[in-house]
Formats: sequence, C-alpha cells, structure tokens
Amino acid sequence: MRRAAKNLVWPLLGGAAMIVLWYAVHHGLADDRRFLLPTPGAMFEAMRDEWPILARATLNTTEGASLGFAIAAVLSALLALAMAGSSLLRASLYPYLMILQMMPVIVIAPILVLWVGPGLKSVTIITVLVCFFPLVVNTTQGLISADRNLVELFRMWRATRAQQLRYVRIPAALPYFFAGLRIAAVLAPIGALVGDYTAGSSAGDGGGLGFQAVIYSSQAQYPALFATAAVTCVLGFLFSGVVAVLSWAMLHRWHDAYEPAER
Amino acid sequence: MSAASALFTVASMAFPVVELRDVTKRFGSGPPVLEPISLAAGRDDFVALIGPSGCGKSTLLRLIAGLIAPTTGTVRVDDPAADAGSSGLGFVFQDPTLLPWATVAANIELPLKLRGVTAPERRQRRARVLEQMRLTEKANAYPRALSGGQKMRVSLARTLALNPRLLLLDEPFAALDEMTREHLNEELLALRAASAWTAFFVTHSVNEAVFLANRVIVLAAQPGRIHADIAVPLPYPRTADTRLSEPFQRLVRDVGQALRAINLVPA
Repeated sequence: MRRAAKNLVWPLLGGAAMIVLWYAVHHGLADDRRFLLPTPGAMFEAMRDEWPILARATLNTTEGASLGFAIAAVLSALLALAMAGSSLLRASLYPYLMILQMMPVIVIAPILVLWVGPGLKSVTIITVLVCFFPLVVNTTQGLISADRNLVELFRMWRATRAQQLRYVRIPAALPYFFAGLRIAAVLAPIGALVGDYTAGSSAGDGGGLGFQAVIYSSQAQYPALFATAAVTCVLGFLFSGVVAVLSWAMLHRWHDAYEPAER
Repeated sequence: MSAASALFTVASMAFPVVELRDVTKRFGSGPPVLEPISLAAGRDDFVALIGPSGCGKSTLLRLIAGLIAPTTGTVRVDDPAADAGSSGLGFVFQDPTLLPWATVAANIELPLKLRGVTAPERRQRRARVLEQMRLTEKANAYPRALSGGQKMRVSLARTLALNPRLLLLDEPFAALDEMTREHLNEELLALRAASAWTAFFVTHSVNEAVFLANRVIVLAAQPGRIHADIAVPLPYPRTADTRLSEPFQRLVRDVGQALRAINLVPA
C-alpha cells in the first residue's frame, strides 16, 4: 500500500506541480510573448482539432519505429552472437559500430533518401541505425561474461559449443539484451521522428510526426507543435512499457532485479 | 590400522584411480606453481588437501580434472567413462555455480541431459539425489529462493546425480557457517557410504580435513609441494561424536603442527 502510494501519488503530485508552474510561466509572460509557451489546455485543444492529421502521422511514425526496433533487435542479436564467438571479429568491428553511432541522423537521413527514397523505408533504416549500437554492445557483453565456473563445468560435462551457448551464454545474456532493449525503446520513436523530419516529406503517405513538426513549425501553429511533442512522449512510454512487460515476463522468475518483496 | 585394512589399501593402491607423476605447472613465464609432485590415490581414498594460500591446492585439483594440462609430468585418471551409467568426474566449486534461470530440478538434470541420459532416467536420478539431500520440496524453486547451505546441497546433488567415481571438491563449504559446514560434512560422508567414490577435497579447515579424509596431504607454498602425507586411521562411519574423540583431537593437533612447521622449513 505504501509502495503503491509512492509509485503513484508522488509522480502525480509532481506532474500537477509542473502543470501549475507551466500555467504560471504562461501567465507571467507579456501578452505578446505568450505564444512561446501555449498552455496545456491550448495544447489539448490543438490535439483535438488536428487529430485526423496527428493520428495518421503517429501511425506512420509508429510503423517505422516498431519495424526499425524489431529489425535492430534481431540483427543485433545475430551480430552479438557472432562477435561473442570471435574476439577477432569484436576487435575489428567495434570501432566501426561506434562510428555508426556517432554519425548524426540529420546527415544520414538525406543520404538514405537518395538511396532508398523517402518515407517508411528511410525512417525504418534510420531507426535501426539508432537502436543498433546499445543493443549489440549490451548483448555481446552479456554473451561473453557468463560465469567462468559455469563455463568450466560445461567443459567438464563435455558440452558442445552449441550446448554451452544455449544453456549458459544466451540465458546469461538475456538481462543484458533487455537492458539494451530498454535503451533502444526510448531511442526508437526519437530516431523515427528525427528520420522523418528529413525523410518524411514527399513520401506520399503524408509523413510522420517529424514531418508534421516541420509543417506546424513553419505555419507557426505552436500549440499543435506542442501537441506533437506530447504524442511523441506517449509513443516513447508505450515502447518502454512494452519492453518492460516483455522483460518482466522473461526474467522475473529468476533475476535479482525482480526479487519478490517478501524475502 | 588393522592388518586387513592395510592389505586392502595396498590392493586398492595397486590400481590407483588417480596418479600424478613428477607433475609441475607454471603459468606463462611465471614462477612454477608446483614443483615435481608425485601422488597416487586408490579407489577408497578420501584425500584432503590443505595448505597456505598459493600452495597450488586448486591447481592440483584442476590438473586432476583435466581443466589444465601439466607443464611437465603426467596426470593419469582412471577413465571411468568406460563404466556405463557413471560419468566419472564430479567437480564442486566453493561457489554453488547453479544456473540462476533454472529450477533446482532443471539444474540437477542439465548435466545428465548434456550426456544424453534419457528423460525417465533423468527424473529417477533427480528424485534420488533430491531425496538424499532432503530437497524434494525445493525441486521447483529457483536458486535465489534458497539459502547458502541449500544451494550447496543442490550443487552436490547435481554432481552426485552423475554417479561420479571421482569427486573433486574445491573448498565447497568454505563460505558457509560452522554449523552448516559440520552438518554437510556428516551428510557428505553418509552419501559416500551409500555410493563409494574417490574424493579429493581442498580445504582450509584442519577439523574438516581430519573429519572427512583418510589421508590429509599438507602442501607447502611457493612452489607448491607435498610437505606431509598424514594417514587418518579413524574408522568410518564418522559422526558428530567422532569430533569429540581423543584420537580425532590428536590428529587435528598433528595436522596443525605439520601446517605450522611449513613456515619453519626453508623452501
């Protein structure tokens, strides 16, 4: 009960305080500058008025973000398995994975539009690129840091490499993989949005939230711009929530992070 | 020691289960960890290895397990894999080394599964060792729900399910409290009476060494070498009362003296 209060009441109170502060700042501004910070009320009004457009944009972005997220999860798991199997491969690939991560999306996006065209394809690839690094680094680390004694036991039991992988390394890497997924879940909607900012135009599907942000910004529809940001946040929470549930389902029975409270 | 048991020892030593001849070990270009060691253990031996840190106790155990190769000399372990149903070697670490993501039952069955033991046979052996270890009601628990002593008993159960003929134990009870440790020592001997295996047991505790073993090998350090090989002619079965007996106390004193003498002998 106390825990429920701590987990629910305090965040709600914090949110309420922030909204009060928000209104205070809005009304504290000079009349001709209030457009800089629309009130939450104005933001929700804009969300309602623009809903058909925002909904379509959200769907487009969600599609790119989920596709990219899923592809990154699968590809990174495969590459991590390969890299865990060979320190040579690890050493030769790691610097380039870092370069890939350091490359700004704003630069990559126009190149991708050039190569594969605008829209979903570009947005998906950008999301993959953004999610890939934390996933592959975490998962590789998990695969190579299985308990040494366990690995020795497997040798004494004359287990094959495949058996070692299946019964020790992969289960030991799961918490690391999920840690990577948690980071990637936050990055995926942002990646899709930023990708869409550049690659969403002239795609024929109306573009996603990033493209919509460009339009609202150029038309000075600031409440709608804030509404776009709010929708993006909700999307991020949804992604994180799905990963948190998946992670719980896979790990809660044995992992210390989900230790039952009664112990 | 009676004439009969002396004869028996000779007979079993004629076919040593473990035999090390002039074994040395050095890691990389470092100083030798072991200087030439020769050692033979028969089927009925329970050998305790005791000595200061760095005397190569664990290295010796890992050499016998085949986890590392000797730099020079030979290590011969009777190949017990020839015996159907047995898996030869059992190794128990100080850490229980259980799979945290698997239940107690799955942990015990895993090495059997890897060795191709059929599912009904696996279940039967699992039930047997859980019963022996009084862990039957914990079969579906995950390791995090067990106490340190219980985890160690699962680790032992997992090894015993392999029907080993040679058991190598590397300070298995060192992390446990004194009460639990003494209790597990008694349990270990009871289990051994039920299914004879040869044992090498690394420990830091003189009491534990004397209580369990029929031979206590005292090792000196830098480089590791055999300082003394002390017979413990106390009859099995040994119980809690054994610890109170005068011969036990005298042997503990003897081994303790041998350990202290190491520091007085120049290497």
